[in-house]
Amino acid sequence: MNKIDKIEKEKVFKTGSGRPVKAVYGPEDLKDWDFNEKVGVPGEYPFTRGVHPEMYRTRTWTRRQVVGFGTALESNERNRYVIANGPTGISNDYDVPTLIGLDSDDPLAKGEVGRMGVAIDTLQDMRDLLDGIDLNKISVSQTINPPAPILLGMFVATAQERGYKLENMAGTSQNDALKEFYAQKTFVFPPKPQVRFTCDVVEYCSKNMPRWNGININGYNIRETGATAPQEMAYAFAQAVTYFEDLLARGLSIDDVAPRFSFIFQINNDFFEEIAKFRAGRRYWARMLKERFGAKDPKSWRMRMHVQTAGSTMTYQQPEVNIVRGTIQALAGACGGVQSMAVAGFDEALSIPSEKAHRLSLRTQQVIIHESGVCNTVDPLAGSYYVETLTNQIEEEIDDWMRQIDGRGGALACVESGWLEQNVSDYAHQYQMEIASKERIVVGVNEYQMENEDYDVQTFRVGEDSEREQLRRLAKVKESRDRALVEERLDGLRRTAASGANILEDVISAVKVMATEGEIINALADVVGRHKASAIV
Amino acid sequence: MAQPIRVVLTKPGIDGHDVGVKIVARGLRDAGMEVIYTGLRVEIAEAVRTALQEDAQVIGIANASGQHVSMAAEMKRQLAEAGAEEILVIVGGILLKEDIDQLREMGILGAFPPGTPIEKIVEFINLNVPQTRVPQAGAS
Repeated sequence: MNKIDKIEKEKVFKTGSGRPVKAVYGPEDLKDWDFNEKVGVPGEYPFTRGVHPEMYRTRTWTRRQVVGFGTALESNERNRYVIANGPTGISNDYDVPTLIGLDSDDPLAKGEVGRMGVAIDTLQDMRDLLDGIDLNKISVSQTINPPAPILLGMFVATAQERGYKLENMAGTSQNDALKEFYAQKTFVFPPKPQVRFTCDVVEYCSKNMPRWNGININGYNIRETGATAPQEMAYAFAQAVTYFEDLLARGLSIDDVAPRFSFIFQINNDFFEEIAKFRAGRRYWARMLKERFGAKDPKSWRMRMHVQTAGSTMTYQQPEVNIVRGTIQALAGACGGVQSMAVAGFDEALSIPSEKAHRLSLRTQQVIIHESGVCNTVDPLAGSYYVETLTNQIEEEIDDWMRQIDGRGGALACVESGWLEQNVSDYAHQYQMEIASKERIVVGVNEYQMENEDYDVQTFRVGEDSEREQLRRLAKVKESRDRALVEERLDGLRRTAASGANILEDVISAVKVMATEGEIINALADVVGRHKASAIV
Repeated sequence: MAQPIRVVLTKPGIDGHDVGVKIVARGLRDAGMEVIYTGLRVEIAEAVRTALQEDAQVIGIANASGQHVSMAAEMKRQLAEAGAEEILVIVGGILLKEDIDQLREMGILGAFPPGTPIEKIVEFINLNVPQTRVPQAGAS
């Protein structure tokens, strides 16, 4: 028995997603593998190596830091601070009341206003959030799901008031509401009408805003909830298929909509597995669009993605160590060929990011871009026996999950039955058990702990005044608007919602007369009802 | 034979961060406790009602938005009002040091930040819930 065998006897080696790993990989692992078919040329089908021919040599990824707390005025200041430090895009997180369609003055919103994101109630908040930001130069990402039509409507109204052309506006609505039911849990409407409203946004953007991603399919939250790397990809793709089916039934062609489908994924700790995941995902998506949906436009085959380092891997214990985790994860993103990136604040497990944490997240990426050398060449790990084997295995597993979901009637049916949630919960539990048994080591958590650790991190807390200030702002808007006109527009919206037509134009016209987010959501819920939460453990 | 300890886990408030509470629910079940998870967006009053109906000895509050102190205070108040002060209140989630100190002042010693091993929560519950429990009339 040689030395390597002995180690393998003692310990099972596996990836972050539980895939067994051999000691050595070689040509025998890639026997029937054809380089040109599986990997090919960057910027060409099947895009395993990336969606652009020269990748970061012509353009590095967009550094997109997430901002959102307090009132729109407070977040606007932070948006501007982030832009001054180099990024070309901003990404705003909204507080929980905004995410689930409650106005700040709703009794249920008490204590949550502006706490985990910025509070948006009316068009006035969106005006203030984007004030002083050149919308021709800075792309705007809205991390919003069920209320996406309303937040997009507010953006459209703001851009029009300031004289911008809608066709030039670049940005993203996250608008992937299926994952809400089993991952992020900020659902509002029942799954079926929710899919329709989601697709209303995509349809509106495909007709009016060619540079806006009307949907950003979200694997990130699915992974954060406990899914494995292949599940993250497969469940996201299955959701995309559900939306495609709805959009095609409206008479749109796959090449009308697929080019503006973008993705957000997580980057977890397992360096090679994460790189392989991005490569496998691009290849699977390209094949699926070409072969299953018959897309002809190469833009439909290209999977463009924003990634975020894994908030769930950021530990509460010894938080500075998270800077190291973020670096390893961001490096995997760079090697995986992503289009846009955000690095989680090292204080993620303690609070929303401080300014220092924001700065370090940007600096992490800047060091990778300018100092590490990994951006000098495209897809630097292509041809690695290990990485190519992992890429093949993950692609096969994505396909296996997709077949299971299709066999169960698609993502919508699997959301309604709770099957997706159960799968994700199962792996989250298993992973936690492995930490408890020390099969997995998390530095500072189950090994290398410090006794009586006193973290020396300045945490960021939203001022207590923010909620009061937002209530004052909302009251002021409500006083000065034409109440009858608001009711008239909301009635129009109800009629359109009941007719089954696209709701976007009605939402925009309601937003313009200062209907609040909550009022618009309620009008829609009057027609389609609300989702009742499950209690799957 | 000793009755298993009954625990109600709840997530008051409106955010959706429920990965932690679900893992704790399974962990406590694995340790032989009976766990009732209320699900998301549950009001404190509803959680208290559940705890009384289910004859729970422990009620656990999960929160990710730093509202532990106000939620726990409200929970304690409502339990007292219902004459059920003996129900042990524990909390978990994103807890800063100052939150833990404040909870301690309120007499809540079971405050578990991220990364807490499940066995620590199990141990705490076992230490703080009387083991010699007389089954109530009608209970099996």
